[in-house]
Amino acid sequence: MTMPTPDPERSRTRIVVAKPGLDGHDRGAKVIARSLRDAGFEVIYTGLHQTPEQIVRTAIQEDAAIIGLSILSGAHMHLFTEVLRLLKENDADGIGVFGGGIIPAPDITTLSEMGVAKIFTPGASTRDVIAWVDDFVASTNQP
Amino acid sequence: MQQSNASALASAALGGDDRALGRLISLVESDPGALLQVSPQLAASAQRAHTIGVTGSPGVGKSTLIAELLREFRGEQRRVAVVAVDPSSPFSGGALLGDRIRMQAHVLDRDVFIRSMSNRGHLGGLASRTPDVIDLLSRAGFDVVIVETVGIGQAEVEIAIYADTVVLVSTADSGDSVQVAKAGVLEIGDVFVVNKSDRPGSGVIAADLREMLSLGSHADGFDPQVLELSAQSHEGVTELISELARHRAWLSSTGEIGRLRVRRAETRLRSVLAELALTRADLLDDGAAVPRAAAQIAEGSLDVREAARTILDRTTEPPRDR
Repeated sequence: MTMPTPDPERSRTRIVVAKPGLDGHDRGAKVIARSLRDAGFEVIYTGLHQTPEQIVRTAIQEDAAIIGLSILSGAHMHLFTEVLRLLKENDADGIGVFGGGIIPAPDITTLSEMGVAKIFTPGASTRDVIAWVDDFVASTNQP
Repeated sequence: MQQSNASALASAALGGDDRALGRLISLVESDPGALLQVSPQLAASAQRAHTIGVTGSPGVGKSTLIAELLREFRGEQRRVAVVAVDPSSPFSGGALLGDRIRMQAHVLDRDVFIRSMSNRGHLGGLASRTPDVIDLLSRAGFDVVIVETVGIGQAEVEIAIYADTVVLVSTADSGDSVQVAKAGVLEIGDVFVVNKSDRPGSGVIAADLREMLSLGSHADGFDPQVLELSAQSHEGVTELISELARHRAWLSSTGEIGRLRVRRAETRLRSVLAELALTRADLLDDGAAVPRAAAQIAEGSLDVREAARTILDRTTEPPRDR
């Protein structure tokens, strides 16, 4: 059996995938976690019903480069705001935050102004997500 | 990473800064140069933690049991770190690390630190850098360091060297008396747990384990107990805490802890030696020496051991790897 060579840059990139808040629909989060794994990243999955505090503490302990949040509950404005605030408060705002879910276009603009690095909406392919992660990691590695 | 950065990170991490500790663990995992540099600094800090390994097949409830241990140890006001190892994909090198899902109830506790690790293709139940991470955490002010191995089969016994106390977790589905008599992981347990004890057959496997233990003498003279418990319903965990304490007391009173530390140091030294030799070999002739020899071995004009000896001889005066 021939095995593809793992990409060392990707396997050094740690990504926390989390489901904040009360919605229990974790299929999207699991699909993203799985496809990032298959692309060679180290993915830490937190499971359901995480508070912003839990997510930020997890990202700090795990030294994540990126946090991915899946939100389908409509509470995205509050949850992203809290995660960004806590990252800043913990001197960890170098950690990139992206999200996926049902998020209206005007909110996407606001979120991006607040500092959310990227929002994926339904229909985005896992390939888009992987390409974005590669670009994000490359941009943060610039001197 | 610049040297002064690594050093500042190590000072902050040893001083209790979680962000620094998280980043330092990544350095230890991925940057041999930085590790070499901070290693003496870390070694100067005292090692006082009780290191506990939790091992067993996939799905026996290791993570859930560790969440219970966290609850009990925190009840005693002890600071606890957890290192949870999961396997990487042999194809992509990626990993999905999910052990901490069961432990997230403790994540906001400032005296708990949980870190997931990919084994990055290393066999033996741990990642190749897990011993370094255990060593780091045991010097960073934690009273207890718990290590969860990957879900294991029959032969992953590395944890026995790197943990003071090994908890071997099984369930009613773990096999009959012949499985129990086999060599391998069953020989390394200091405490045997039959988890999910409400399942039919738990008593049988516990009896088989006790019989196995009564036949063979544990090599070092400790008499391990078999505990039936249910981590999920919080039953029997206090007995496990007592057993962990009993084993630790035994390690100290017999002087076995000293002998274990010598064995551990020797194993680490050997593995660092092997790694250093390989690193130096890879630097020879700007990286060309090993592939060139490999080509000659493949075509039959060079013997593999002869090639290794020649390369090793050439590395004794390294041009630049310090």
